[in-house]
Amino acid sequence: MTPTLFAAAAPGSRLISLAPADLLIIVIYFVMVLGIGAYLKRFANTSNDFFMAGREMSAWVAGLSFLSANLGALELMGWAASTYQYGILAAHFYWIAAFPSLAFLGLVMMPIYYASKTHSVPGYLHLRYGEATRALSGISFAVMTILMSGINMYAMAIVMKVVLGWNIHFSIWVSSLTVAAYVALGGLYSAIFNEVLQFFLIWVGVLTVPILGMIEAGGWTGLVARIHQRVQSDQYVHLWSTLGTFSGNPMGVHWTGIALGLGGVIAFGYWTTDFLVIQRAMAAKDLRAARLAPIIAAYFKMMVPLIVILPGLLGLAVLPFRLVPEGEAGHGLHSFNEVLPLMLARYCGPGLLGLGITALIAGFMSGMAGNLSAFATVWTYDIYRPYLCKVGSDAQYVVVGRWCTILGVILSIGAAYFVTQFKSIMDYMQALVSFFIAPLCATVIIGMLWKRATPKGGFWGLLAGTVASVAMFTLVKFNHSYLAIIALSPDAKDMAENLYRSIWSWLICIIVTVVVSLYTAPKPAAELQDIVYCYTQIPVEDKLPIYKRPIFWATGVAVFFAILQYIFW
Amino acid sequence: MSKETPMLPVWFFIGVLLSIYGVIILVMAVLDFNQTSQAVLAEYHPGLFGGILLILLGGFYTVWFWPRGRKKD
Repeated sequence: MTPTLFAAAAPGSRLISLAPADLLIIVIYFVMVLGIGAYLKRFANTSNDFFMAGREMSAWVAGLSFLSANLGALELMGWAASTYQYGILAAHFYWIAAFPSLAFLGLVMMPIYYASKTHSVPGYLHLRYGEATRALSGISFAVMTILMSGINMYAMAIVMKVVLGWNIHFSIWVSSLTVAAYVALGGLYSAIFNEVLQFFLIWVGVLTVPILGMIEAGGWTGLVARIHQRVQSDQYVHLWSTLGTFSGNPMGVHWTGIALGLGGVIAFGYWTTDFLVIQRAMAAKDLRAARLAPIIAAYFKMMVPLIVILPGLLGLAVLPFRLVPEGEAGHGLHSFNEVLPLMLARYCGPGLLGLGITALIAGFMSGMAGNLSAFATVWTYDIYRPYLCKVGSDAQYVVVGRWCTILGVILSIGAAYFVTQFKSIMDYMQALVSFFIAPLCATVIIGMLWKRATPKGGFWGLLAGTVASVAMFTLVKFNHSYLAIIALSPDAKDMAENLYRSIWSWLICIIVTVVVSLYTAPKPAAELQDIVYCYTQIPVEDKLPIYKRPIFWATGVAVFFAILQYIFW
Repeated sequence: MSKETPMLPVWFFIGVLLSIYGVIILVMAVLDFNQTSQAVLAEYHPGLFGGILLILLGGFYTVWFWPRGRKKD
């Protein structure tokens, strides 16, 4: 769920000059991640180790890497930019996007993912619906992860050029070769270790901004007053009260779009079926840790606005100049996307600034590493093994995984250079991801919860939902007036398109899956053991102390969520 | 996974990295203590406090997760 970030390279200018201490901090980071990869190679010798980190991660490690796999620099900078544009409404993409989807994943879906012993989400679809659905999901996932990895690479290179004046080719090659080395060496162990490292770096790197920013603004009251003075509106600091109408808020959305589209379909679709994040929970050491991982992630996800949303609001309040849309940036004007680096430069002296920039670099590189490790797993288990080499040794699959990582990096570099020629592909990439997320969510959830869903129903439902999403997107692109039909209001703005398109494609997937299933033969119950909820033995936790039970912590997430909505209503 | 020695936990690496960063940031903050800085609110010396906090946090993780008594299987 990353907003489009397209930082146009401002010719001959850079935002920040780094001191030698800042450069030293960045170099030490690269040495550390390569060192971790080299150290972990000795532990990644079986396919279970290389692709699933030995399935021995604690709940905390699995949970923090689960969140960090999503918390890339593209997301940090993009949502700070969106906050500058739309105000605190951007926080919905952290709060309602975290609850209830992550709690549902932990309590209901992880027991089935874990009990099925699958290696990937396409692998689960193979168990539940058969080869056709697995192939559709696996191939589309493999293509998307490579493209997203390339876009991450390109976006980082552009940001480093704009912010630091670094050469684009230097950024692409140094970052991609570093990521290739540590993922090819240590597999998912490396990816997870560096994601947890990134989590800490992001917090320590950016925390200076909200702390000093709130001091400068004069606390929350001062912040609100400054924003009101700047934009002559109080719509920027209310979370729900401005969502009664499309025209009543800066984002141009309705509360139904946020609650059902974002909190329902998009959040569920991403958090419960994107293998990039699910892989981290699957790497947990036992079922209880696997269930707790997304719940732990939910707590920290809801705290992230402190370092992403608040800097965006502070930028709106304290920066002495206005930021402009991407297309208007340059010649002394800065774009919305530069708000986070500008705030870092505002408060951070030598050393702290290097730490902040390292946090952004770590975010970009972890994004690439996460995509590569997921790509290697899906390629090896869901494409290579079933279609190219059915009988192979475990050692062979590890070798394939390592080479696949290198191949993935090469393809990602190609994708990054492709994007330099066709910059609008980044806009289409966000749409491409969204085509699959909502219908995939429906297909997986209905497969887990409804034993009557058939293989043909799952395949045709997934295909119908995806085609419907593509069709709606295309219609709006050719004729913008269709947005009013899809969003059911003439006042809907562009941000509403993704939300309501997801709702419709999810519904279409469900309807087609149900109708086709009712007219086709289901799998026998014996083949659905540990794949469907009613046929899965979920361990009873009555004997555990209450503080060890996932339901207890999931309830805490709900309470935390409710408090935040009330405070910022 | 190698059974000869257990894997160092990720927290150890985090502790080492944060400790190193804390030292660098603290040293820069001390060297710049009486210099005029272009950063806003530089008079609060965020580098000083940030460096000390990183050393404390990183030091705790490093010591707590220090590989002591790691035995071969």
